[in-house]
Parts: sequence; structure tokens; C-alpha cells
Amino acid sequence: MGAGHAHKLYRHGHSPVHDLPPHCKLAAVLGFVVVVVSTPREAVWAFALYGVLLAGVAAVARIPAGFLLKRLVIEVPFVAFALLMPFVVPGEQTELLGVSVSVPGLWGAWNVLAKGTLGVAASVLLASTTELRSLLLGLQRLRLPPLLVQIASFMIRYGDVITDELRRMSVARRSRGFEAGGVRHWGVLAKTAGALFIRSYERGERVHLAMVSRGYTGTMPVIDEVTASRTQWAHAAALPVLALAVCLLGWTV
Amino acid sequence: MNLPTAPVPSLEVSGLAYAYPDGHQALFGVDLTVARGERVALLGPNGAGKTTLVLHLNGILDAGAGSVRVAGLPVEKRNLAEIRRRVGIVFQDPDDQLFMPTVREDVAFGPATAGLRGPELEERVVTALRRVGMEEYAARPPHHLSFGQRRRVAVATVLAMEPEILVLDEPSSNLDPASRRELADILRSLDVTVLMVTHDLPYALELCPRAVILSDGVIAADDRTQDLLCDDELMRGHRLELPFGFDPRSVSVPRP
Repeated sequence: MGAGHAHKLYRHGHSPVHDLPPHCKLAAVLGFVVVVVSTPREAVWAFALYGVLLAGVAAVARIPAGFLLKRLVIEVPFVAFALLMPFVVPGEQTELLGVSVSVPGLWGAWNVLAKGTLGVAASVLLASTTELRSLLLGLQRLRLPPLLVQIASFMIRYGDVITDELRRMSVARRSRGFEAGGVRHWGVLAKTAGALFIRSYERGERVHLAMVSRGYTGTMPVIDEVTASRTQWAHAAALPVLALAVCLLGWTV
Repeated sequence: MNLPTAPVPSLEVSGLAYAYPDGHQALFGVDLTVARGERVALLGPNGAGKTTLVLHLNGILDAGAGSVRVAGLPVEKRNLAEIRRRVGIVFQDPDDQLFMPTVREDVAFGPATAGLRGPELEERVVTALRRVGMEEYAARPPHHLSFGQRRRVAVATVLAMEPEILVLDEPSSNLDPASRRELADILRSLDVTVLMVTHDLPYALELCPRAVILSDGVIAADDRTQDLLCDDELMRGHRLELPFGFDPRSVSVPRP
């Protein structure tokens, strides 16, 4: 697919991870996350191993650590929540750097932080090695309800068109001397939102008309059937299977 | 054109009348025959019923009275799939027409809906894009193309269905002069019946040897485009005006 389609999250490249079919990668990430979440939080070393596994995937995909860490910032709100837990969760207290914190709270915070970070890191890896368009094809292949896939693909297609419409409306407002500032102008902004909704709705009707004119009867034809060979599945399965082994060790040790 | 040996016309509209559900009547008995390979301009003032007529051609609207036939096949509910393959409508705003994430998928949409798959589908897509000179943009998302390029891709999306008749709604609107000329070259090079709805009278003269005027829901005139444009009284009577400084008599168009 052309470079023009690249999304901010996607990092263009050719690596064994980039080349895997999207539905294999989706299944692998889902499997990995499920395994991570079901690991006992006391098995601290298991989470370190998961981290190593992900670092391995990133190395194979040639995603630099800095790129990955920058995109992990999205996790910050959850981190804030996790940092609060040692102070608000009731239970046995202990001293940490001279501050009294609760032991179950500390474990809870660790649990959220470790599992959350691993989940987000896995998703970021998926997003940076898979284009949005192929993600949709993968979801379609994994039998996600077709209506949801259609809605998502229209979002990709019309996101820019609608943003552009919004920008034009804003230029038109400002050209007539309007500067949004303060509560008194919220009414104008609300009307803009309403107008944008109506415009989008009408566009929806016109798009539907164009679709019907080309024979649309309610289902999208499958134009690109993504397929995966046994080897590709095996490669994609490496991550969740290794993680599962670590998880099982975590439960038995 | 109605010789007994003549092939079935691409389009036959006879006695077509239509009133919208709110009671507003838009068409009062339209008769129009377009022979295979002809390029016809459909002219008329705003509100004359042009869009209403176009939406009858592929069965989006159901005729109140009268009939529409495309290459002999009546526009009826049981034929709709075939009719929509045969009638390729290019809408005015390419952003409405191009709804898939990439150009290639958009061009493939029509034939894929009709059941085409694999190499055959790919072949159709490549051919259609080549006919409008856009084959190297296949992998691009439509919103990253220029307006003129998007309009050309919109033409390709219906060409891929190998239609009997191409219906263009205001093909020259919002195009800069170079894109306008490029589109004209493409349309001339196509071996397909064209019905072109337009307010752009010089463009109609350039591309369509024959024109019809739809006014107040009936075909008010049907003649050589140049003769129609030179008839001042007729033009005034139907709110049609030539752009400043344009004299249709000064243009030499090839006689059919």
C-alpha cells in the first residue's frame, strides 16, 4: 500500500513481523494479552520474561526502543491510577521511602502497571507493524461482524473529509470576525457541531446512493482475501505459546 | 436511427412520469432514445428534473408511469442487479462516489459485487484505471488525490463494470481547465454510450454531437448541440445562457 496511507502509529518497514498476515498478528496479540492477564501477580520474574519476549519481537520487527517507549505514553492515565492504589487501598501497612503504604495496594498497583504496560506494548507493536487497512482485513478474516468492519473502514475513509469540512467551517466563521473565546461562544460552537452532524448525515445518504448505484445490497464484497500459510501461523504463534509456557511456570513454581 | 436493422438502443425512455411522495411532480412524460455509442448532453435549468430522470435510469426511483429500458432490458425490480451493472452513474462529488479505503478497492467494488474474483477482477481494475490514466495510483487512498484525479477515478469505478451507458452528472464542475481538458480527452477515447448532465454548455458542445433540453419535466428540444445553442429564443425560453463571450457559431464541430 502507498506511503500516503501511513498512519502516525504505523512505522513503514519490511521485517518478518511486518510481513505476517494481519489476522495472525491480531490473534497472537490477543492470545498474548490473555496469557499475561491470567498470570499470578506474585510471579514477578514471569513479567520480566514477557518483557523480554516483546523486546525480542520489537528487535525482529526493527522497531527502535525509543519509538516504542514514546508510544507507550498513552498509558499515563492508568499509571496515575495505579500510583494512587498503595495510598487508598486498605490493608496491612508498610514503610516505603519513609511513607506508609498498604501492601495489598502495592500488589494491586504492580498488577495494573505490569499487565497494562505489557498489553499496551503488544498493541503498539501490532499497530506499528500493521497498516490500518490490513488490520481491517484481518478483523474481517477473523469473522468480526461485517457491519463493524464496514463502519471502521468508513471512519478511515471519511475521517479526513469530515475534518476538512470542520476546518472550512472554522475558516468561514473566523472570516466573519468570530473568535471562539469564553463560555458566551459555546452556543456558536454547538451549532457548528450540529451543522457538521447534518452535513455528515447528508453525505452518508449520498454515499449510500452511490453504493446502491454500483450494485450494493447490504454486504461488502471481499476483494482482498487475506490468507495465511501454516508456517505464518506458526511464526505468529511463537509469542503467545512462549508466553503460555512462562505463565504455566508462574502457576506451578 | 430507427432503421429495422439498427442495434437495440442503449437507452429507451418512453412516457416517463414521476411525482415525489410529497406530491411534487418532477417528470411529465419524458421520451428519450439514445443509440449505442452516442454521446448526448442533457441540458436544462435547475429544478428541471434532470437528477430525477437520472435516478430512474438505474431504478433508484420507480417510474410512476412509462418505462425505461437499458439495452432492451426493462428497469424493474427483478432486473435491478443487471441494470445497475449496465448503467454507470458518475455522481457530481467524487468524495461520495469513492468510499473505499484505496483506489483499487473502490474500482473493484462494482465488479466484485457482481461476483467477479481473483485475476479476472484484478484485470478489470487495471484496465479501468488505465483507461483514465490512473493505474499508478491504485494503492492510494482516494482522499490523497487531487480533485481532477478523484473525478477520473470515479469514472474508472463505473467503467470497471463495463457499462452499456455512462451517465455523468456535471462532469466538469470544480475542475481546473487542464483537468477539464484531460477528462474530455478520456471521455472521447471511450467506446461507450454517454449521457452527460451539465450546465457547462461549451463542454456539451465540445463532447456531445447531440443534446436534449429537459425543461419543466418534459423534453423540450432534441437536436444537434450546435443548432440548439444557436437558437437564442429556445435558449432564453429555458433559462439557458452561454458564458460571456462564447459564440457557438464560431466553433466548428465535426458534422455527424
